[in-house]
Amino acid sequence: MRAYLFCTALLLSGFQVAAQAEVFERTLANGLKVIVKEDHRAPVIVQQIWYKAGSMDEPAGATGIAHVLEHLMFKGTHTVPAGEFSKRIAAAGGRENAFTSYDYTAYFQQLHKSKLPLAMKLEADRMRNLNLTAADFAKEIKVVMEERRLRTDDEAHALLYEKMMATTYQQHPYQHPIIGWMNDLESLAVDDAKAWYTRWYAPNNATLIIAGDVKAKEVFALAQRHYGVIPRRALAPQRKFIEPKQVGIKRMVVKAPAELPHLVMSYHAPTLINPEQDWKPYALQILAGVLDGNESARLNKHLVREQQVASGAGAGYDATSRGPSLFTLEATPSEGKTVSDVETALRREIAQLVKEGVSEEELQRVKAQVVAGEVYKRDSLFYQAMQIGQMESIGLSHRAIQVMLEKLQTVTAEQVRQAAEEFLQDDSLTVAVLDPQPLSGKPKMPKGAAHAH
Amino acid sequence: MHTKFFFLAALCCVATTAFATPNIQYWKSASGAKVLFVENHDIPMLDVSVAIPAGSSFDAADKSGVASLTHHLLDLGAEDLSEDDIARGMADIGAQFGGGFDQDRASMSLRTLSSAAQRDKALDIMARVLQRPLFSEAILAREKARVIAALKEAETKPESIADKVFHKALFGTHPYALPLSGEIASVEKITTQDLRDFYAARYRAGSAVVAIMGDVTRPQAEIIAQQLTEKLSSSAVSAALSEVAMTIPASEQRIAHPASQSHILIGAPGMARNDPDYFALYVGNHILGGGGFVSRLMHEVREKRGLAYSVYSYFMPSKQPGPFQIGLQTKKEQADEALQLVRDTLAGYIANGPTGKELTAAKQNIVGGFPLRIDSNRKILDYLGIIGFYDLPLTYLDDFTRKVEQVTVAQVRDAFKRRINPQAMATVIVGAPQASADKNGAAK
Repeated sequence: MRAYLFCTALLLSGFQVAAQAEVFERTLANGLKVIVKEDHRAPVIVQQIWYKAGSMDEPAGATGIAHVLEHLMFKGTHTVPAGEFSKRIAAAGGRENAFTSYDYTAYFQQLHKSKLPLAMKLEADRMRNLNLTAADFAKEIKVVMEERRLRTDDEAHALLYEKMMATTYQQHPYQHPIIGWMNDLESLAVDDAKAWYTRWYAPNNATLIIAGDVKAKEVFALAQRHYGVIPRRALAPQRKFIEPKQVGIKRMVVKAPAELPHLVMSYHAPTLINPEQDWKPYALQILAGVLDGNESARLNKHLVREQQVASGAGAGYDATSRGPSLFTLEATPSEGKTVSDVETALRREIAQLVKEGVSEEELQRVKAQVVAGEVYKRDSLFYQAMQIGQMESIGLSHRAIQVMLEKLQTVTAEQVRQAAEEFLQDDSLTVAVLDPQPLSGKPKMPKGAAHAH
Repeated sequence: MHTKFFFLAALCCVATTAFATPNIQYWKSASGAKVLFVENHDIPMLDVSVAIPAGSSFDAADKSGVASLTHHLLDLGAEDLSEDDIARGMADIGAQFGGGFDQDRASMSLRTLSSAAQRDKALDIMARVLQRPLFSEAILAREKARVIAALKEAETKPESIADKVFHKALFGTHPYALPLSGEIASVEKITTQDLRDFYAARYRAGSAVVAIMGDVTRPQAEIIAQQLTEKLSSSAVSAALSEVAMTIPASEQRIAHPASQSHILIGAPGMARNDPDYFALYVGNHILGGGGFVSRLMHEVREKRGLAYSVYSYFMPSKQPGPFQIGLQTKKEQADEALQLVRDTLAGYIANGPTGKELTAAKQNIVGGFPLRIDSNRKILDYLGIIGFYDLPLTYLDDFTRKVEQVTVAQVRDAFKRRINPQAMATVIVGAPQASADKNGAAK
């Protein structure tokens, strides 16, 4: 123990300079892009493999298949029997899981650095040798249906979001939930999973991220040994979608068991395409920060604390995705207030923004948080790897991360005002309301102010 | 040079499975507060937390919610600072200010850049929030309304309903049965005087634990700890709780709910943080339902039969024994089948204990994964808080892997047999299958 401590101290002093995380990348001959983020603070690593296939790539009638396949990736391969993957990672002291989004599917393990070869061997194996059986499929699809019930069907806010997306997007596949519609899940079969796996799970459609206490050179050699032998595959092109322009406000209501009503306003918004030249996505990011970036941001300060029209309020915008983005505002009315009261209050905030813009002080506050966030980020290896994987998987380079930081610092108050004016327009707005239903199923007695419009 | 270091490191790794642990410095501040500090300059930032024994278990039953609101109002106005000054002050320098609240602890935590300008400003605000809160009338009225709205919302959620009924079944009249943020009726009655009284009684330097992690020196850390606690009353106040009754009658409550799934909780009072059986129960539970995809419950319920997305068991270790809890959600029609399966799995485990192979696998996972528990400043800060608050030995992290390694099959079997009686557990099913839900609330 003592001896080990001594060695660590030596190691740390030797790596003082390298501790300023560096990113290295190399693409193997089979097309697999390998990115290494060295970070020598602790003797641990994270491996993440990102496939450029998410729910937005699903064929009609097979919504949910990307996520179902993610579950099935934990079943066996031809040489590693069902359940063994997780057992071997666990026996190595590892933690593991996976996640599916609209845009990509990713798998990860966190381990002591000495276990990287094992993790690579197992992950490379299931990239091409997955053994998909009807029996495993039949069990796992039931698990996924339980997951859907838990996370969406019985969760009023998730249900509201799901149905809002289905209304907001007329053609783009973001209209379908990542977990899939229940009746699609009911009709999926193991052959759908096989087709999905064959179509997308190839080295030339993936990015491998290794972060932690490693040397990039050694990681590249290991990756070559384990992943390099997997042959490249011809990839069918991803379909491109252009969402038709929305030409008028959409309103919708979802009834679900709950106590409090809720309102979401979603505006179509652009995503980052050219990190060096775009400015609007950065302005919208700052705008979201001005509205909801901290406790003193406008929505909490005005709607919750001063006017007390809402018991909670928020704003959100994601500048980075493969498909189009949304700028969302949401609020829960406080006791005696209605969704129409909070909509009016949110609209007043927008009008004021468009008319008067934001103050220099607000702008600097959001920028200060961005700068600090970059330092705090270094405390999480996982998050750093995650950010790289995300950028690569949506078609932006990890190098854009630095560019984005610099560009955010150049946003002006006038740009924020202009972005608000351009994008927060009724013609591209969907207003979604949760109409809470009593648990008994009987209609709710009216109380407090009338439910307007 | 680098190659030489690598060579040394490789030798050392082979020689032992022990992992380097942070060097924890401990002292008592002049204020009387306990301080735990780990110095680390890798990242130019600082994490600080202050914990006080002022959680919900210190509430009187008819004033349930006072502890939580006291904690909640700390940063909503303090000496010369409005709530907005506090929020803006922290945001302007990119500091993150938050807190935690459970049945034992009320804590505030700060993450800030460590350069003097940011650090000093953040700590100045934190010091005033902790030591000079205002508890304004108008803000209390507003926040009570928000808490009540949230409580009403929680009363419609199957997981919240189940949790509340479950705690009541386990802890009866013990304060661990009280909901963390109170009841609607009790919150309605809370006054600013209640908060002031609670604050004066509980927020004492002598019972505070200050954890500091990151880019400051020991002398700086000493000043910080003192600055955050010197204006609190120095005397400690007894934080002793009445004892949890460890034996409960068997009960089963079925509660109707329109959700598509039944939310099932099964459990009994479990173990305290400094329990002599801690490691046997912790490792044993890892095998039963704590070890992720490879636990017995996960294997039986999810992997073999596809009955649930999530199924788990855990011991919540606290001052007094917290819950031992098994939980799952499954569609209504198969709830009884799943419940029986879980009961059988538990009964089998208690009767026979783990296999040697299972125990080895669990140890490999826990010991091999130990470096992941302390691989960030955030995680180390959390450990400092727990070690200080629960009076664990300062060598807790150094001893951890050895204590896990020492656990035997016989110890696990013995500890589970003594502590968990399948015939004396509480079961709560919210969203119970239709026919059975008619027995609404009736104990069986």
